[in-house]
Amino acid sequence: MNPRDKQFHPVAAAVAWLASLLMFFPIFWMVLASFKTETQAIQTPPLLLFRPTLENYHDIFIRADYPLFAWNSVAISLAATVVMLVVAVPASFAMAFYPTKRTRGTLLWMLSTKMLPAVGVLVPIYLIAKDAGLLDSRIALILIYMLSNLPIGVWMLFTFFRETPKAIIEQSRIDGAGVWDSIVHVLLPLGLPGIASTALLSIILCWNEAFWSLNLSAHDAAPLTAFIASFSAPEGLFWAKLSAAATLATVPILLFGWFSQRQLVRGLTFGAVK
Amino acid sequence: MRATNEAIAAAPPPMRSGRMRTALRGRGGAVATLPLVGPAVVLLLIWSLVPLVMTLWFSFRRYNLLNPMIHGFAGWNNYRFLFQDPALLSSLVVTVVLVAAVLAITVGLGAVLAAVFETGFPGRGIARVLMISPFFVMPTVSALIWKNLLMNPVNGLFAWILRGVGLPTFDWFASAPLISIIVIVAWEWLPFAFLILMTSLQSLDEEIIEAARLDGAGPVAMFRYIQVPHLGRSISVVVMIETIFLLGIFAEIYVTTAGGPGVATTNLAFLIYQRALLAFNVGSASAAGVIAIVLANIVAIFLINTVAKRLDV
Amino acid sequence: MPTWLRWTIAAAVVICSNAMAHAATITIATVNNNDMIVMQQLASHWEQQTGNKINWVVLEENVLRQRVTTDIATGGGQFDVMTIGSYEAPIWGKQKWLLPLDDFPKSYDYNDIFKSVRDALSSDGHLWAVPFYAESSFLMYRKDLFSKAGLTMPAQPTWAEVEGFAKKLTDRAHQQYGVCLRGKPGWGENMALIDTMVNTFGGRWFNEKWQPQLDTKPWQDAVTFYVNLLRNYGPPGASSNGFNENLALFSTGHCAMWVDATVAAGFVSDPKKSQVVGKVGFAPAPIAKVPNGNHWFWAWALAIPKSSHEAAIAKSFLRWATSQAYIKLVAQTNGWVLVPPGTRKSTYDNPQYIAAAPFAKQVEHAIQTADLDHPTAQPVPYTGIQYVAIPEFQAIGTTVGQLMAAALTGQTTVDQALKQAQAQVKSAMDQAGYTQ
Repeated sequence: MNPRDKQFHPVAAAVAWLASLLMFFPIFWMVLASFKTETQAIQTPPLLLFRPTLENYHDIFIRADYPLFAWNSVAISLAATVVMLVVAVPASFAMAFYPTKRTRGTLLWMLSTKMLPAVGVLVPIYLIAKDAGLLDSRIALILIYMLSNLPIGVWMLFTFFRETPKAIIEQSRIDGAGVWDSIVHVLLPLGLPGIASTALLSIILCWNEAFWSLNLSAHDAAPLTAFIASFSAPEGLFWAKLSAAATLATVPILLFGWFSQRQLVRGLTFGAVK
Repeated sequence: MRATNEAIAAAPPPMRSGRMRTALRGRGGAVATLPLVGPAVVLLLIWSLVPLVMTLWFSFRRYNLLNPMIHGFAGWNNYRFLFQDPALLSSLVVTVVLVAAVLAITVGLGAVLAAVFETGFPGRGIARVLMISPFFVMPTVSALIWKNLLMNPVNGLFAWILRGVGLPTFDWFASAPLISIIVIVAWEWLPFAFLILMTSLQSLDEEIIEAARLDGAGPVAMFRYIQVPHLGRSISVVVMIETIFLLGIFAEIYVTTAGGPGVATTNLAFLIYQRALLAFNVGSASAAGVIAIVLANIVAIFLINTVAKRLDV
Repeated sequence: MPTWLRWTIAAAVVICSNAMAHAATITIATVNNNDMIVMQQLASHWEQQTGNKINWVVLEENVLRQRVTTDIATGGGQFDVMTIGSYEAPIWGKQKWLLPLDDFPKSYDYNDIFKSVRDALSSDGHLWAVPFYAESSFLMYRKDLFSKAGLTMPAQPTWAEVEGFAKKLTDRAHQQYGVCLRGKPGWGENMALIDTMVNTFGGRWFNEKWQPQLDTKPWQDAVTFYVNLLRNYGPPGASSNGFNENLALFSTGHCAMWVDATVAAGFVSDPKKSQVVGKVGFAPAPIAKVPNGNHWFWAWALAIPKSSHEAAIAKSFLRWATSQAYIKLVAQTNGWVLVPPGTRKSTYDNPQYIAAAPFAKQVEHAIQTADLDHPTAQPVPYTGIQYVAIPEFQAIGTTVGQLMAAALTGQTTVDQALKQAQAQVKSAMDQAGYTQ
């Protein structure tokens, strides 16, 4: 019997579909608003049928350099994630397969580094960045994001690797492989789904991070979060335009997430190697 | 294939050598763990130590960015004023309530929905994709959509629905400000919990489910006695990661209620923001930051000792 | 070397160095309000004229303020031109964080700028920022609703009269509300309005010794009146409504009266954005016991931080963006109704502007009569009508604003809110060293 053949429960199906539609609805409403005029967007009764207009998108592209913002977001998120993985994979490898008495303490401490609210350290970090000449640079954001996501990355990879049978690693070592060889040639292929899902989480977190990205960037390194901040809450009606800007900022990462969520699903297996 | 894996997984765990810190023996030879873990530890050490030291230093000084005339040693004054401020205690309460409520909602609903999605139904892939969408939206944008397009008592969609069924309109952010924030944050984080729990459920052994079904277990009993225990490990991961982020929720509050009415929605992160970026009182903000670190470490220790046990750390 | 070659080389050097001297890039931080967006679009004219390039950083007001304040206070040097308000300008000028802007040529005509605006942006005898646009506050009302109910708006309404009108014009069943006022917590949101009410009820923030006065009778009267007015005759959700939300309500026809910024006049008269075009009347902001401080004053201005490396070029941009020529340029490209309001007398003397903007004279009067140095009936040690021009006010104002919102929603009584507010303000002022 194919394990994937499940009994069809109509009640379950209805609940599932209702939940999904409810969860997606605010996003749908936002995208809909982006095609309305400003007065239509705030009108009561709310409009479901209306003549769509592209004026918001048109205005946005004239006013702001969307490609620059988008490229900054992509570059910063990807670079920060890659560097984070390069540092996190060996660390979680060691902690998952060769734990010591200190492993628990190290993991706890790593988690705690994320606990200091960023707002409290803005001034010290700003001063350091200024002295290092790193204000409004992508490097500064990449470094900070890498450091912010490192604990999460280590934790998630640690959990995945603990599900990987150690025997396979040991087998490769018995066969004479060095530590780095076993990481690169044995662990990576085996743990790829887990690494991919950690990468996806890191990319999402970098993409939507709205504190450091606003405070440490001005023009050259400004990512899409600054793009959004330039359309939000001016004097006057702005919800249609903001919806359009938000759609432009969200659609890339949404599509990326939708296509890679299959990878994500396969990665979070928690105990079954398929 | 499966039997082999089961056998491997059932093999005894690696020997833990308490004596040798840096090199451990497993089958296959010693592994020097220090150079592997080293970079991560060193980087995080610098990243946490430098701001921490600076924050500690500033917390004992009078330092207002806008008023360079004020300087000097403040002693315990920053802490004293902070502890005398009733806003501090209320912010701690709000923080804890916010975190606990969102955790309960996301984990509870996430587990139920994961179980519901486990039953096959047409279009499951698409439904799943819709389900996880909120996680990709910027928190600022989410909050603005909820506040202005949905929850606004005059122009919002909810108000229109309530009026349509003849009920009086409800002023979300005035009458139930914290609940409104909890709703928004739970909406953002439910996909995360759902995704992790759902994929964990997919690894539940088919034979166990079959056996339970043959024993006459209905869906509720199945959920309670089979699925939930299996989810233990993944629930732990969800709780850990969500707690880290929920402790520092800021954008949603900033955009909707600005911490009000009164201090009803001021959590610790927002309190620090008020000190740091409204008053530019770096001294007081640093003191509040130190308190935040202490609180977070308490939470982390608590989490590790209860939740992480399930992860066999 | 032949002479002609020498001259050619010399000419080439001069041309190249001129080109290099002009090929600079300046970074400008500005708010995302309509007038600044127009400035951003028209700035290409300046770029072509001078050969320089501008990097724009456009952010919403709160984020911008936080960003530029952090930068200027730490000497970050990220921006060559900052858009700041009449709140920051005198404070930062006193700290010597800004470059004085008194040295523009005669053609700039400083005297054409309204005196109240110039004074608001000066301290210690220097002008620290040049105004881009200025606003005051007044009362906007629906002429059609008033005539239907047989009411007339007096030349100078009082708050008591406003309450009377609101009572007659509220019809909750049809989502029509007598008066819409700001309720969203913030030193520049609800407190802007409440401060003017306190002023005109005879109150003040601090006495001459910097002691907070929030537990005095004028404050009680003003806040009690405000809370009752909004609760009885205002829209639901008033405690979350700032300028934008009230603009949305008024332009979609839900409010009979609205006391708010004069820039709103342009929005509600724009057929593309408003459903009440042609139905709006304008009156001075209401008064209560005394006429002082009943309408506020705010100006957005361009300033140059001391840390800028391109001060000369930045000054050139400032001269251009706040000149009479720029105003004419906006009129040519976008029409007279969209020129930046409230700064130059020449704008308000121009018949074309008056024709396009029927509210212009009201606005001009409001701005000219806004007296930042004497905002209250009793003497005060501070300047500022709807704010107090001290660095601590952002935090103090927001804290009190939150308590006012709590009183509005009924979470606390007015007395409790004012008592807490008084305690918080006193504590903050003690900590900052104003009082001991």
